[in-house]
Amino acid sequence: MARLWVIGEPGPDGGLARISTEVATLVRGLGESNGAEVIGIVVGADPAKAATELATYVPTVIALTDANAAEHTWSAAAARHVAALAEGADAPDAIFVGAGPDGRDLAGAVSALTGLGVLTNATGVSWSDSGPTVEMSVFGGKLLTTSGFAAGRGIVTVRPNVATAAAATAPGTVEARASGATAELPLVTVVEHVAEAGAAVSIDEARIIVAGGRGVGGAQGFELVEQLAAALGGVVGASRAAVDAGWIPYSRQIGQTGKIVKPELYLALGISGAIQHKVGMRTSGTIVAVNRDADAPIAEFADLFVQGDLFEVGNALLERLNARSG
Amino acid sequence: MRIVVLTKPVPDPASGAERLGPDGRLDRAASPSVVNGNDEFALEAALKLIEAAGEGEVALLSMAPASAPETLRKALAMGATRGVLVTDPALEGSCAVSTAKVLAAALREMEFDLALAGVDASDGVGGSVPSAIAAHLGLPYLSYASKIEPDMASRTVRVRRISPTGYDLLEAPMPALIGCTQSLGEPRYPSLKGIMAARGKEIVTRSLADLGVDAATVGGAVATTRVLESHPPTARAATEVVRGTPDEGADRILAFLSERRVI
Repeated sequence: MARLWVIGEPGPDGGLARISTEVATLVRGLGESNGAEVIGIVVGADPAKAATELATYVPTVIALTDANAAEHTWSAAAARHVAALAEGADAPDAIFVGAGPDGRDLAGAVSALTGLGVLTNATGVSWSDSGPTVEMSVFGGKLLTTSGFAAGRGIVTVRPNVATAAAATAPGTVEARASGATAELPLVTVVEHVAEAGAAVSIDEARIIVAGGRGVGGAQGFELVEQLAAALGGVVGASRAAVDAGWIPYSRQIGQTGKIVKPELYLALGISGAIQHKVGMRTSGTIVAVNRDADAPIAEFADLFVQGDLFEVGNALLERLNARSG
Repeated sequence: MRIVVLTKPVPDPASGAERLGPDGRLDRAASPSVVNGNDEFALEAALKLIEAAGEGEVALLSMAPASAPETLRKALAMGATRGVLVTDPALEGSCAVSTAKVLAAALREMEFDLALAGVDASDGVGGSVPSAIAAHLGLPYLSYASKIEPDMASRTVRVRRISPTGYDLLEAPMPALIGCTQSLGEPRYPSLKGIMAARGKEIVTRSLADLGVDAATVGGAVATTRVLESHPPTARAATEVVRGTPDEGADRILAFLSERRVI
């Protein structure tokens, strides 16, 4: 029987990261439809809370305690345990982890320690006789690939929003264990966690992005973009033109030199949709664009193109959204 | 201060011509190569650190086909001091596991206080290689950096790591490997003087034998992953165009989002 692992990543207040609830749901489904065993792995200074949360999604969770995870980066503390377990008697056929910063850092380190290959940024996973097959989007969404592991085993990082988190019908069990890890990885101290308005990483996971471009005209114009994002429950993105003009920080930039995003809704305001921007957002679920210029490239690939002044259309949209929620 | 910047030549995302060959590997002849975007942010950060320190050098390290120097010249023109290119026919078709192993072997014979790499590359967007290199070398890995502050006196480096709610302030002893993001700041354009100077800068080529890596342990023959199939995404349905008053536009957007169950 194939054995699939889900790594539970740390979330707020000692709990589980949202991405791990999605990955766990995805892998549980794979296990159920292919008769594979699904095991969750949690490593932390006090793993109980995250392990219990993960057990609401998968039948069995192994909890490993490492005091170093308290004041050091999680991946550096956790990777050696995951690697040691993966080389032990219960060796998995596939290890699944989120494709965010923590998951990627862990996947690389575990790969180095075990020699297991990594398939990254999965947008879909299925199971075959020769192990997992993984769908990925490469070249900024220009090409979709299906890949497998040469030896049938490996590590898969999964993109946010690939599955909708859903608890199992009955909670699973948590088993505390020691990994017996002997390998050492240098630890990295976390001096402090700093909360900041407009956190940078959130556009990766956002379900809805409202993005502004050159047409927004200035930092003040981004107030409307922000209000629309708030009304839709989304976050603000930007094209390079808006970032280069200094209207909004680099952390918001979507495109060739920025982030590649795949939200359910991409609402583009005053963005022409040049290729450098398009590669960062073209795989979005629904693309709606508002632009004065009917010849803008985005008019060719948006699902809905509204020709008009972004402030007039945007404010009219904001009124309606506020009326709905009010 | 000595900094090594890991620099990956990637197919130019703006060319629109990127494709895989029949063997499922990147067809390098199909599109022009450029320095990976996140690696340019890393290089910019490295150059600023050297300028602030008033001394030191920035070396580029690349694992790529023998044609890579063309691409590396732009990075040298931005201000890097020299380049090291690991190139070997046996490396063709390398997976991330081989790549990390070989780059780690190359870094092992270089002297540096900091090694900087883009957190991922624009072609495959894998993002597992830098952390694997760090694990091979036993180096601290500080990733998703939006700010880098080395302190040569205490031989420690502090990094702001982007977090879901802001940033985590990380600290580790040097030498360390840092994964870089665009939040570090816009890469400079090479000046004419920089472009002229780059012509005379040295790019040293290293083979697997030079690095003491057994060619049978890396490359396409032992790749851990393989592409089974690839196809372009389904073309999007034709665009619905609305021209009318702002109210009509807003009404249509709202209705459209409801139809698609986005809201």
